[in-house]
Amino acid sequence: MTDSSLVVDLAFWGCAVVAVVFGALVFVVDSMARATYALAVSFVATGGALLLMQQSYLGVIVVLMMVMEMAVMAVYMVMFMGMNPALMPMSMVHSHRTALGASLVTFVVLGSGAVLVPWPERRGAPSPDVTEALGRAIMESHMLVMMAVGPVMVATIVVGVALSTARTRYDRLGDDLDQTPTDPPLRGETQRGGRRRDR
Amino acid sequence: MTDPLADQLARLPAAALGAVLALGLVLVLAWTASVSRGVAAGRAVPASMAHAPAEAARLLRQGRRTTLSADRLLWRVGGWGLFPVAVLLIALVPVGETALLPGSLGVVWANALDVVVWALVWLLGWGANSVAGLVGGYRFLALALGYELPLMFALVAPAIAASSLDLAVVADAQSSLWYAVWMPVAFVAYLVGVLGFAVSGPLAAPVGSEVSDGALAELSGPDLLVVRAGRHALMGAGAAIAVPLFLGGGSGPWLPDAVWVVLKALLLTGALAWAAGRLPTLRTHQLMEPLWTILLPLVVLQDLVVAVLVVSGS
Repeated sequence: MTDSSLVVDLAFWGCAVVAVVFGALVFVVDSMARATYALAVSFVATGGALLLMQQSYLGVIVVLMMVMEMAVMAVYMVMFMGMNPALMPMSMVHSHRTALGASLVTFVVLGSGAVLVPWPERRGAPSPDVTEALGRAIMESHMLVMMAVGPVMVATIVVGVALSTARTRYDRLGDDLDQTPTDPPLRGETQRGGRRRDR
Repeated sequence: MTDPLADQLARLPAAALGAVLALGLVLVLAWTASVSRGVAAGRAVPASMAHAPAEAARLLRQGRRTTLSADRLLWRVGGWGLFPVAVLLIALVPVGETALLPGSLGVVWANALDVVVWALVWLLGWGANSVAGLVGGYRFLALALGYELPLMFALVAPAIAASSLDLAVVADAQSSLWYAVWMPVAFVAYLVGVLGFAVSGPLAAPVGSEVSDGALAELSGPDLLVVRAGRHALMGAGAAIAVPLFLGGGSGPWLPDAVWVVLKALLLTGALAWAAGRLPTLRTHQLMEPLWTILLPLVVLQDLVVAVLVVSGS
């Protein structure tokens, strides 16, 4: 073992410990914001571990996507969990025993699988440019999957926004979308003066 | 065979020098942005130049204001995180021979770093436990969704044209024509994104004065100083990343490469900050629709044009 691989090993274990500890902190802290960003730190450490496995592109993408996702998720967490923004402490766990049992069982099953299953020997060598290899896999052999997943994801986003928004373009532009937009948008009533249906 | 650890240690002084230079460059760029903002607001040039040091001296002596049950940890992380993000962005920029943090994925790293600003500004607004801060934080996330997608697709265009995600390779690929010239939509979308993550100009609603400075509300003393410096630094860092992406990197007559990179970054920072100072701040909903329904499709179209040109040219 050379010295630099020792450094990489130490950094990898450091990332792994940070990822697990901050993952556990999600259930220890008493605020939605702290729980969400503890999860974000955990994911960033996971990205760091991927970087150390020389999967640079996957590593940086994990960091990028997870920070973005947690920033948005914090908003949803606060919104749906009914935590008022006055930073009132609230517990981050519910159904305590069931959840603990389920997670322990899952951990033991997955962990024992990882440890007990005989790992295959490496055949062949990794591509010199793993980023390009990943791009080729996605855009060539798995293109059909990506093309199917894309519209499904967009549809999910559009439906999610349409269901959760309180104001739509119909509130600003009228029922036939032909009126001058009001600025600021009207609240609680339609352009033509009628009360909007309750949501 | 040499000892790799000794190799690393031998490179340490050079790396330390590079880090100091990067920090210095961020400070100069942030100051340039501040001076330019002052000039745009109608102050004389000497007064604008003295503004940042005077404000720094004033805020360093100011006491800390606290609010009831503020989440101090998240609040401070949000505020003190902005400036380091700008330093890391600058470290990605190839100056002269190499960048402080060179790599084959510079474009993606720049994107990842500007996304970190999402978290930081929201935490800044949340942590203060004040209504104004909270409004600012939520406004920022809404705007972030609006500017980030055009910004991401704008980053795609130079990467396609250069067939690389390495900022140095992207810069070198523009020897004949700057990308800003033949992909202007991507350049504009990128600059809008820079204004977005620097929370300035038309996209300054999250720190709007009508909500008592929004995400900046309740900040005082050194905490306010680092946030203000951080916003200026982010504008400078965004402009510096645009140099290898769109402005030909270090190419230019007579002067050495490194000087051209710094010069271009300074000029773009000054121009951007001046424009940010002259343009009115728009309300969130006035921006969301143009950003999503006009700018985003235009940028995707720009990517298509670039991709078609690259494929047909090769």
